[in-house]
Amino acid sequence: MHISISRPVRKGVAASGDDDMDVDGQAHGAAHVVTPGEVITRDPAFAGGLGTIPTLDRSVDPTIIASVTGIVDRVNKFIRVQQLRARYHGEVGDVIVGRVSELGPKRWKIDFGGQLDGVLTLDSISLPGGVQRRKSESDELHMREYFAEGDLICAEISSRYRDGAAQLNMRGKSFGKLRNGNLVTVPSSLVKRSKSHFTTLSCGVDAVLGMNGWIWVRKHETMAEDQSIQQETNFNGQNDPLTEREREDIARVSNCIQALGQANNLINDSMISYTYEAALEYPLKELIRDEVREQIVVIARSELASAMQQ
Amino acid sequence: MSRFDIVSPEGLRVDGRRPPELRRLSCRTGVFAQADGSAYIEQGNTKCLVAVYGPREPSKRLLTEKGPTINVEYNVASFSSGERKTKMRKDRRLMEIASVIKQTFEPIICYGQNVASRSEIDVNIQILQLDGGALHAAINATTLAMIDAGVPMRDFVCACSAGWYKDTALLDLNHLEESADVPTLTVGLLPKSGKVTLLSLESRLHLDKFQSVLELASQGCERMRDELDSTIRKATQELAKTAL
Repeated sequence: MHISISRPVRKGVAASGDDDMDVDGQAHGAAHVVTPGEVITRDPAFAGGLGTIPTLDRSVDPTIIASVTGIVDRVNKFIRVQQLRARYHGEVGDVIVGRVSELGPKRWKIDFGGQLDGVLTLDSISLPGGVQRRKSESDELHMREYFAEGDLICAEISSRYRDGAAQLNMRGKSFGKLRNGNLVTVPSSLVKRSKSHFTTLSCGVDAVLGMNGWIWVRKHETMAEDQSIQQETNFNGQNDPLTEREREDIARVSNCIQALGQANNLINDSMISYTYEAALEYPLKELIRDEVREQIVVIARSELASAMQQ
Repeated sequence: MSRFDIVSPEGLRVDGRRPPELRRLSCRTGVFAQADGSAYIEQGNTKCLVAVYGPREPSKRLLTEKGPTINVEYNVASFSSGERKTKMRKDRRLMEIASVIKQTFEPIICYGQNVASRSEIDVNIQILQLDGGALHAAINATTLAMIDAGVPMRDFVCACSAGWYKDTALLDLNHLEESADVPTLTVGLLPKSGKVTLLSLESRLHLDKFQSVLELASQGCERMRDELDSTIRKATQELAKTAL
């Protein structure tokens, strides 16, 4: 007996006004772009998600109308519009890189380029040394010693408040203050969700790929075996002395990421590595030139394409 | 007899257009890298640049339940018109236009699911060259910039002006026509639903003529939508080529 597993099928949606939804249509070829106010479908069998105008009663008017410009993304009967350029819309579970903008009562406000600042409460961090306990008043007084305004941090979105602000947490040995590197920002739509957002590139540089499009490039760090020691270093903002070689590598990788961002290319660890290899052809200072940046991205794209074929 | 005719006996206007013709239009989005959305529009000799920042964390804590706060800053460059003007700190006229634009966009932003209602959207409008129709050029450019910024909207807002001279309705007036006592009606339209979000008339127009002027301006808006739509589509297709 043949048993099939039902799994989400991603397909483009047939052209607007077409009541016959063609499941296999538009899977290839030009992307189906919609603009605000455009009718995606009138079929009551579908449900609209992000990027569509919310309707009160779908039984009265089943029309799904786009509210943003983007590409129609469909998972089975669920339709949403995927934006290519917009401020980051955080989703639960995303790893983000952000900057402390404000200290409040028992909380830090974190600016990560989203619609509203994220909230990191004192209760959602593990204190230095990995101690798990109720946070007391004295901890509240020491908040600025942990994270002060302007510090770059890395955290995870754990939930959302009703007003849409993201609640962050820092439980885990990879989260904490960022050091030994620099920040590169790219459009958030270019960073795709992957197994790990903490990557060590083949060139011996670490990158934290924040889903919000903020990417931290730093010297390779070996995680301490002991979690409590690791957590201690996560609160330490002091930079280690970096060798010239390390600085160069970090700068080269940062420029490669910027080049990918400018070319509007997807950014993941393998793409960064390919671009880095292509960039080795050039002296570091050449990488700020636009034509060189375009060139290395073109080479990296063809490298990726040939690797995909094999 | 005035120095020139608004509409010549041959049926041509001062800049050589026929009465129901729009001026040359060119627009593009994504002009600034730092802004969340930006647009540049040229309608004839009127040139306008708009940058949109947000939706983002509000700078002041305001209690609003009615969706995101929109802050509009409307500026006219001192070199934009024939006479050079020294800018005043608080020009009433500019502030009024800014609030008109703010009110035009407030009801059409869909908040809730996509946009936090507590957030703030900053719109900076700069008129670089002024040859009549600054308001509708600014609204069209703001629509483009808003869409470029990814702000969810119910529809495009398309604006266009029309006036009445002798027996004909004129579309998209230029500076000469506006300053020659032609009553100018500016219409902001949501083309999909046909709703009017803005109607501004600063001089008097006979009620009998109003219908035909409004109709012509609305047709101009419809035409404008096609242009704005194709600009947005082209830009998005371009992005989609590499980003997916």
